[in-house]
Amino acid sequence: MPNFIDRRLNPKDKSLGNRRRFLKRAREELKRTIKEQIKAGKIADVDAEHRVPMPERGVSEPSFQPSPNSGERQYILPGNHEFSPGDRIPKPSARGGASGSGAGTGESEDDFQFVLSRDEVLDLFFEDLELPDMVKLNLKESVAFKRRRAGFATSGSPTNINVGRTMRNSYGRRIALRRPRRAELAAISEEIAKLEAEQNAGRIHQKRIEALRQELDKLERRRRRIAYVDPVDIRFNRFEPEPLPNASAVMFCLMDVSASMGEREKDLAKRFFVLLHLFLKRRYERIDIVFIRHTDEAGEVDENTFFYSKQSGGTVVSTALEEMLRIIEERYPAREWNIYAAQASDGENSAGDSDLCVSLLHRQVMRLCQYYAYVEIIDERETEIFGTTDNGTSLWRAYRTVDSEWSNFQMTRIARPSDIYPVFRKLFARQPTMQLRN
Amino acid sequence: MAKGAASNLLFHGSDWNFETLSRTYDAIETIANDELQLDVYPNQLEIISSEQMLDAYSSVGMPLMYQHWSFGKRFVFEEHLYRKGRRGLAYELVINSNPCITYLMEENTMAMQALVTAHAAFGHNHFFKNNYLFQQWTDASAILSYMEFAKKYITKCEERYGTSEVEVILDSAHALMDQGVFRYRRPPRLSSEKERERARERLEYEEQTYSDLWRTLPHSADGESTKEAAERDASERKKALNLPEENLLYFLEKTSLILEPWQRELLRIVRVIAQYFYPQRQTKVMNEGCATFVHYTIMNRLFDQGRISEGAMLEILHSHSNVVFQPSFDDPRFPGINPYALGFAMMQDIQRICTDPTPEDRDWFPEIAGSGKWRETLIDAWANHRDESFILQYLSPALIRKFRLFLLTDEAGDNYCEVGSIHNERGYETIRTALARNYDVAANQSDIQVVDVDLLGDRHLRLQHNVKNGILLDEASRDATLRHVRHLWGYDVSLAGIDAETDDVLYECSTALDPD
Repeated sequence: MPNFIDRRLNPKDKSLGNRRRFLKRAREELKRTIKEQIKAGKIADVDAEHRVPMPERGVSEPSFQPSPNSGERQYILPGNHEFSPGDRIPKPSARGGASGSGAGTGESEDDFQFVLSRDEVLDLFFEDLELPDMVKLNLKESVAFKRRRAGFATSGSPTNINVGRTMRNSYGRRIALRRPRRAELAAISEEIAKLEAEQNAGRIHQKRIEALRQELDKLERRRRRIAYVDPVDIRFNRFEPEPLPNASAVMFCLMDVSASMGEREKDLAKRFFVLLHLFLKRRYERIDIVFIRHTDEAGEVDENTFFYSKQSGGTVVSTALEEMLRIIEERYPAREWNIYAAQASDGENSAGDSDLCVSLLHRQVMRLCQYYAYVEIIDERETEIFGTTDNGTSLWRAYRTVDSEWSNFQMTRIARPSDIYPVFRKLFARQPTMQLRN
Repeated sequence: MAKGAASNLLFHGSDWNFETLSRTYDAIETIANDELQLDVYPNQLEIISSEQMLDAYSSVGMPLMYQHWSFGKRFVFEEHLYRKGRRGLAYELVINSNPCITYLMEENTMAMQALVTAHAAFGHNHFFKNNYLFQQWTDASAILSYMEFAKKYITKCEERYGTSEVEVILDSAHALMDQGVFRYRRPPRLSSEKERERARERLEYEEQTYSDLWRTLPHSADGESTKEAAERDASERKKALNLPEENLLYFLEKTSLILEPWQRELLRIVRVIAQYFYPQRQTKVMNEGCATFVHYTIMNRLFDQGRISEGAMLEILHSHSNVVFQPSFDDPRFPGINPYALGFAMMQDIQRICTDPTPEDRDWFPEIAGSGKWRETLIDAWANHRDESFILQYLSPALIRKFRLFLLTDEAGDNYCEVGSIHNERGYETIRTALARNYDVAANQSDIQVVDVDLLGDRHLRLQHNVKNGILLDEASRDATLRHVRHLWGYDVSLAGIDAETDDVLYECSTALDPD
């Protein structure tokens, strides 16, 4: 008699610790791989699945291995049908001669590839970023509750009785407990009546009637005992209050489309918008995007027009802000929507308009917006001049005053695609202090 | 009559319970002891689920194992294959320990459990207990407590020095696992309590005996010629360090100047585990052959006794023939020679030679042919051989013909392979020798040894790769592994490939030139 041990009930996941260590190790490698892929590829491609090889550096396990492309080997193989000594067999391909020893078994581990879903890619991409001042006040308070049907309950208020359910239960119980039906009772009393009508029939009938009466009595008592609808049958519709977070955001993309904004500037702006959008998409269930382009007058357009059609005219930035305010007023009340705005411009503005913009921002826009990002797209040559100083276009200088006053206002200059990512990081880096608005 | 036969059955249907398991075990044990004269460790049969089997897989089949990410990687990989249905799980897993632990999968049918019990709890068990390699090189009764010690020790180190500190040492040690075994010298026995004691004593001794005075001893200044002196120094220090040394992990553990005592202990643990598994690698064919032969014989005997139903026997034969299936070399399923198939066929062949020899057998195997003592012959072979010597001694011409074996020579430079010998009179000997050599683990692993180091000079560690048949190392993994050696050694390391026959230097590489 051997020693039997049933290990099936042992705690599971014995190797969970190992698995965790592996994923942690792989994660850092994967993050790096993803970052490199994103740096090299188009930023808009971020929004997709990525196939990444098992990262080499982090999780490879090197050892001294014989190289398959050197030396002389002798294989013994089974299944010779036609060869005689001295026959020569051409090697199949570059991958070392004999199809034998281990060729089929060894390598598969190295081909192991992860497919990272779009979400995982973005998670790795965004890992330590957070939305600035993300806790909008009414988001924090977790707002309204909506009642949602959630199955059935055995208790509740009478208005919520689910009749169908209740009657089904009652029917089942009546069948199971053999509650006499009305028809059965009727049949017996009818028979009694019939027998009584033939009163003269004598003692035999009398006995029979007595028996039937007893039977009837028994059935009636049984009927009384087994209720038609018993409290145990009753089912109520169950509702669960579900918090309705303020999970909708609207993103305003504002862009100067006057002649001074060329292909390069628009391209940079687009990437910037894409990143902001991606980021919001992860935080909010529903995101609306509003594209507002402006020259000396502003209008809401669709995405394609926004990026690809040309318009001539001067530049009056305040028109875009006014248009945005109008749309907010009309469709996106700030109580229900988290409002984000991203503005891209080359910094040109008609004389005197910058002050108007600033006062619009101060008085209205910034009070409504969760976050306002302004990027000024400048020439590469200008980076050295403007890189760090406060000098610059009138719009830039005017916006500096807003920047100093509102913590949810961010502004940066970008000159080439590689600037976008750092900007993005800076824009979304965790805010040191949170300013509550009133 | 039919009823009488039915009541004799050990089990009905495919479900199992502990009662049928133990009844079947007893029946198998009787046959194993009385008819096959097997000699086994006490058995411990453990029922596990498929997930636990995956766990066991990824921790190299040990019931207790320290934590390391590479086991997690293996788990993810195995699970990936298993979930996709690309690979099934083994029906059992057996551990060379005393008592001998056999894992049975809960999904197995009762017929499979019977097969697996015979295969692992008697076949493998007998082999573990009696084969000379296992007897000399592993200590079945100590391994479990040693693993427990190792696991605890490593956990303690992680708590004390941090997980990542421990991890980098283990990473490096794992890279050298293949070079962490004594191939020729017999390693000392171990036991866990003594082990712990020794670790502590070693530490104390080192602390006590440290003396700064040694440093101040004056050097003897003789008038010898410098070259002669250098040579003498070199040979002296090699002698002092026992060089050349084939066991890199052992050398680093004992000699490295930068390792803390606990880091040395980690190397020791990895080395001990590598050494523990080394006999298994040298006896794959014999071990599986022995287990397969035992289960086949026992199951047939049970069937003959009317204790297994025909249905169950068919199931058993079905999995048996799957296990010993040997596809031809040109079959897409060909994974190399199946050790189960070869081992089983050779052992059956020995049985045949003993009981029903042909004139050819009498010619080739005069000592055993027709002796009728196949049990004794097999038991003797199981005890005293490893794959290489077993094949060299017992592979018969009949079997070479049956497998239609042929020899293929593969020269890396050529764009063809040449057929050397086939299954004919002239080819038998060559094929037998070549096949045996293919199973010589020590000959097939790259032979890398520590040859020199000047501890008082630049402490440059010199390794030498004795290149056989011109087989070099894969460069990327070679350089990566060398970096691991450097990490453990702390100073520069170089590796020279020397042709074993001509003494030509084929390549040289060093971590000193390496920017990384």
